[in-house]
Amino acid sequence: MSKPAQKWAVQTRTTASTVFAVIAVLAVVAAFAAPFFVSRSVIQDLFFILTMLVLAQNWNLLAGFAGLVSVGQQAFVGAGAYAMFALVILAGFDPIMALPVAGIFAALLAVPTAFFVFRLDGAYFAIGTWVIAEVFRLVFAQWKVLGGGTGTSLPRGTTHEMVGVPLVKELFDVKSSAAADIVTYWLALGLALATVGFIYWLLRSKRGIGLASVRDNLQAARSVGVDASRLKMIVYVATAFGTGMLGALVYVQTARISPDAAFSVTDWTAYVIFIVVIGGIGTLEGPFIGILVFFILQNLFADYGSWYLLILGLIGIVVMLFAPRGLWGLFTGKTGIQLFPIRRRLIGGQLTTSSREDTHG
Amino acid sequence: MIWVDTIVQGILLGGLYALFAAGLSLVFGIMRLVNLAHGDLIVLGAFLILTLVTALGLNPLLAALVAIPLMFVLGWGLQLVVLNRTLGDDILPPLLVTFGLSIVIQNGLLQGFSADSQRISAGALETASIALGPISVGVMPLLTFLSAVAVIVGLNQLFYRTALGRAFRATSDDPVTAGLMGIEPNRIFAMATGIAFVVVTIAALYLGTRANFDPTIGPARLIYAFEAVIIGGLGSLWGTLAGGVIIGVAQTLGAAINPEWQILAGHVAFLVVLAFRPRGLFAKGG
Repeated sequence: MSKPAQKWAVQTRTTASTVFAVIAVLAVVAAFAAPFFVSRSVIQDLFFILTMLVLAQNWNLLAGFAGLVSVGQQAFVGAGAYAMFALVILAGFDPIMALPVAGIFAALLAVPTAFFVFRLDGAYFAIGTWVIAEVFRLVFAQWKVLGGGTGTSLPRGTTHEMVGVPLVKELFDVKSSAAADIVTYWLALGLALATVGFIYWLLRSKRGIGLASVRDNLQAARSVGVDASRLKMIVYVATAFGTGMLGALVYVQTARISPDAAFSVTDWTAYVIFIVVIGGIGTLEGPFIGILVFFILQNLFADYGSWYLLILGLIGIVVMLFAPRGLWGLFTGKTGIQLFPIRRRLIGGQLTTSSREDTHG
Repeated sequence: MIWVDTIVQGILLGGLYALFAAGLSLVFGIMRLVNLAHGDLIVLGAFLILTLVTALGLNPLLAALVAIPLMFVLGWGLQLVVLNRTLGDDILPPLLVTFGLSIVIQNGLLQGFSADSQRISAGALETASIALGPISVGVMPLLTFLSAVAVIVGLNQLFYRTALGRAFRATSDDPVTAGLMGIEPNRIFAMATGIAFVVVTIAALYLGTRANFDPTIGPARLIYAFEAVIIGGLGSLWGTLAGGVIIGVAQTLGAAINPEWQILAGHVAFLVVLAFRPRGLFAKGG
């Protein structure tokens, strides 16, 4: 009784998160150094994994944290990719320099898009975003200079002269095409780090608390002054930027574009949704787990064509029905471990050992 | 005269879109469930009818009559076993489960029937036309439109004149209170989805006999259906017909100007309505 009461404090860090932070730094260093040790085909696989990770993190921010379930993120992949092609072919840009401009273009397109789709509630928002993506596909298919409906390729050799490629070519003593793969891989790694970093920062900031409160109880959030529509708008435009830049980067690597491929709902949204759902929606860790499962499944079943997508769809349905928080949700529910410390726990005071039920975030 | 003809064709095409939309609207109205697999289910229905026609040598109309009870049971079971589990305050589960279902149906059909274009042969009906004053109208498009009107009249009768319709409306307004009155919401939802699947099968018959179809065209049908529902305003089946007609006319007018603009013109009409009348043209209530 005479013991002075401890002060209350909000803590986010956990032992697991500290250990993870150290491992993560090592993993990032290893990933940057990878081109020195592994073959070109591994680099291409890693590039693919990183691009899907960026898409998954962006979609997860939209659907899992902001409650904006979009089925139309291919709109921004395609818009970013087409912007990059236009800048390179029509304005003579270096493809690498075109990437941020492509991201800005996608973000700018997101503003009028939001005007339309934000008028649709909840579930109808999903189909609304799909309509917008279709409109984008049909409009870009009318752009005859960029090949219309059949598409076009980057001029020969463009990617061999990109910023950094000659340097990498000399450094690694490889062909220009292999050097271009290494450069795009590093850029994908940088984009993935920036995306995860941005989302982590956002969720730790005041806006992250706002988002969580909007998700958990809209009325209560509004009553304490959280501007829900402004927050959703910020998230929508930010993810359009990231998704657009990623789209441009993917098409720097492929160097060939067509409206059907660039605005494909299967490639840019369906896979991404399954990755996030299987891994665990609404967590930063989920997309990492999901991408691993996705990559393994793809290597096992990709030769079976439509069977592969069928199985992926069934797994997605089963996970959503029986483990709606995904694989990571199952794991963290059993162990309480979280690697990205975004939950705020109240410690101190009388209840020094705050249980997991007391966590918010 | 060419413009009158184009507009009449558009109105009749709108009947098909209203058929696509009626099932979507029915399910959303009763249980607030947006079924992202709706378009793929229409395509599934078309493949079922096609299979019955080719395997049993049935007339398409007869095949549709056989397909209707099968599809009803499928819808009823799907709702009872899968979709009822997803209903609740969270919009994520129903959306993601039906999105998964859409991918499963598409790829299942691709596996079973390949990506080839198919068509249900309706014999002489396909090319038959009748003269309406100065313009001639295809019999199939006319039948489609009349079927859409019949389906809407039928659904309205069901809603407002039968005990089942009362149960639908009661559950839609307040499932908990309806439950206290002895209505089991889960059974009512299963019944509603079953009936929606009947409408889906009727839509499938016309989808399959009027034009070529393949396993991948489902999502586009979902989008047309959705646009018709939003233009018409939630909760109004006649509004949905009007919405379908607006999309249909916009598409045929667009195609008359430039064939590449057909689909785009329909989407633009939808966006214009969304910009100026976001609650639709004929929304019920506030």
